[in-house]
Amino acid sequence: MEFQLPPYSLKMMLPELFLFGWALVVIAFDLVSGRKKESAVGYLTLAGILIAGGLLAFTGYGRGFGNMFFNDPMARFFKIIFLGAAFMAVGSSFGVLKERVRNHRGEYLGLILFSTVGMMFLASSQELLSLYIGLELTTIPLFVLAAFYKDNKLSVEAGIKYFVVGAFSSALLLYGISFLYGMAGTTDIIQMKINLAITHLTFKSIGMTLVIAVVTMLAGIGFKLGLPPFHQWVPDVYEGSPTPVAAFLSIGSKAAGLVAFAKIFVNGLSAFFGPEMLPNDWGQLVAIMAILAMVLGNTVAIWQTNIKRMLGYSSIAQAGYIMIGMVAMNVYGLSSVAYYMFAYMFANMGAFAIVTIFEDKTESTQISSYRGLSKSEPALSLILSIFLLSLAGIPPLAGFMAKYYVFAAAVEKASSPNGVTWLYWLVGVGLLTSVFSLYYYVNVIKQMYFSREDSPYKIPVSAPALAVIVICLIGVILFGIWPEPILQFAKDIPASFGFLAR
Amino acid sequence: MMESQPSIAFWLLAIVILTSGFMVVSLRNIFHCALNLIMCLFSVAGIFILLGAEFLAAAQVLIYVGAVAILMIFAIMLTSEISNRRIVQTTENKSVALFISVIFALSSVFLIMGTKIWRMSDQALPENNTLTIGKYLMTEYMLPFEVVSVLLLAAMIGAIVLARKEAS
Repeated sequence: MEFQLPPYSLKMMLPELFLFGWALVVIAFDLVSGRKKESAVGYLTLAGILIAGGLLAFTGYGRGFGNMFFNDPMARFFKIIFLGAAFMAVGSSFGVLKERVRNHRGEYLGLILFSTVGMMFLASSQELLSLYIGLELTTIPLFVLAAFYKDNKLSVEAGIKYFVVGAFSSALLLYGISFLYGMAGTTDIIQMKINLAITHLTFKSIGMTLVIAVVTMLAGIGFKLGLPPFHQWVPDVYEGSPTPVAAFLSIGSKAAGLVAFAKIFVNGLSAFFGPEMLPNDWGQLVAIMAILAMVLGNTVAIWQTNIKRMLGYSSIAQAGYIMIGMVAMNVYGLSSVAYYMFAYMFANMGAFAIVTIFEDKTESTQISSYRGLSKSEPALSLILSIFLLSLAGIPPLAGFMAKYYVFAAAVEKASSPNGVTWLYWLVGVGLLTSVFSLYYYVNVIKQMYFSREDSPYKIPVSAPALAVIVICLIGVILFGIWPEPILQFAKDIPASFGFLAR
Repeated sequence: MMESQPSIAFWLLAIVILTSGFMVVSLRNIFHCALNLIMCLFSVAGIFILLGAEFLAAAQVLIYVGAVAILMIFAIMLTSEISNRRIVQTTENKSVALFISVIFALSSVFLIMGTKIWRMSDQALPENNTLTIGKYLMTEYMLPFEVVSVLLLAAMIGAIVLARKEAS
């Protein structure tokens, strides 16, 4: 029996390999260095993430191991988001590293790196099996990270909840994938697309089993993204887990879920989208989930008194907006999603970074503790306000451009010749709920600026946290007024999905 | 090749899987639940044998019955409060769960029966499927195979962190 490896090139997966090795180095360094040099291991991790980002420039596009490692513009764009999220999560973790996780510093950072490696493998897989394994490598370290404050009941609760929900949703996704495999006879997404189309054209209909596959896979990915009705875990997990981990969850794990969704649905099942494809049309199901997400996330967030829970509900709502871009299914849709995720990363990681350093000092995550903060910390308050306004989508910040592009992509699809008219409804709900969302974001700003009380808190900012905040601030403002470079970068993404500009 | 009509063995196994699976979620004594789970997983191995996948059957018995279920029983026996039967398994929202599962089961059966088009491989079953699986794992599926080992490492580190007693 002859053994022959499919063609591959290790150069293409250099950042992943490096980051995996670096995670081991970080864990080993923490064991060797002992407890004395507190921040060294953190800086080591940051350096590793930067080097991996630099290596990304040398990988080039191409494929290896069949379609299991597939570097396209989308993979590269999202890898930058994953590395950015990891960098900012680690950068804002220095306070936590000194205090609450000081016994397991190396493991904490190592697990963040492992999870990032999983996300990167996921982003460059064009095959259901390796995609699933990438998703598992993303989430399993996150279960542990969510429960990292072992002496804190809320954190342990968050870990268990995330674990149960995560395992259940993975099982659902895998169940759906198994049906898809049965119908297409392959796990390769491109080949699957072709096989399903052949079946569809030959028999004039596709089997009804596709409905089960679509529903179970949507439920599985819906859990990962926190889309209603699969969102109940989000606020509890965000509240309980360490704040930098919650931030990493909200960007990294969400972007990973989006990539999985884009690969399976927008690429693999793109033929089964649209009103004429009933009952297999997945677009309408996603649209219902997106509407629920925008309405529910934005209204329930109003009543939150804990800022982490509020950001949790806000992330549910943001997932709803992102899904509008996903179901736009045209040449603008995917690039608007990529831009949205990029802008959301800066605003959300920045807001979480400030919440983290505030919590390190005050041990409080209540919105009421922010009262009068503008008097003792004018600069930090202003920056937090900018991040929150970007999340709400106020011009000229990046969040506004992101929402604008997503809505524009949907309107473009709806008004095209064989347009999908329910997209107008999605955009309408999106615009309306954006107005609601202003209320709870501005509420925090109101507490900071328009309260008679003086805040007793002086917040010390460590150098890495300052770097994170400054990077996020520059990102939010610069890419709000000058989005062209990111759009240029993102405009190649739809081409590898078969959407070509007319 | 498998005949188109399912054999008596299949029906027997299916009935055992379904009843023991139902017992797992409905019995009150958690130890009995674990025993039923073993029964259920064992019968799934039987289904694999019927399908001609001996390697999967062996792996199923080794990993699920041999490792996972036994570990569960150890955990139950070593936790005094559970083995004292003071903790019973309770199922909240029974009616909701029943409703959702019945709807899901019925619609899946209906939809699967309604599907006439399945892509079957036209190749004969390989002579030695352990050899074939091994070959595929080391060639075509090399990358996911290696990523799984990274995953195992991450899971192991995570488990150690969570289970370790803190010094301070």
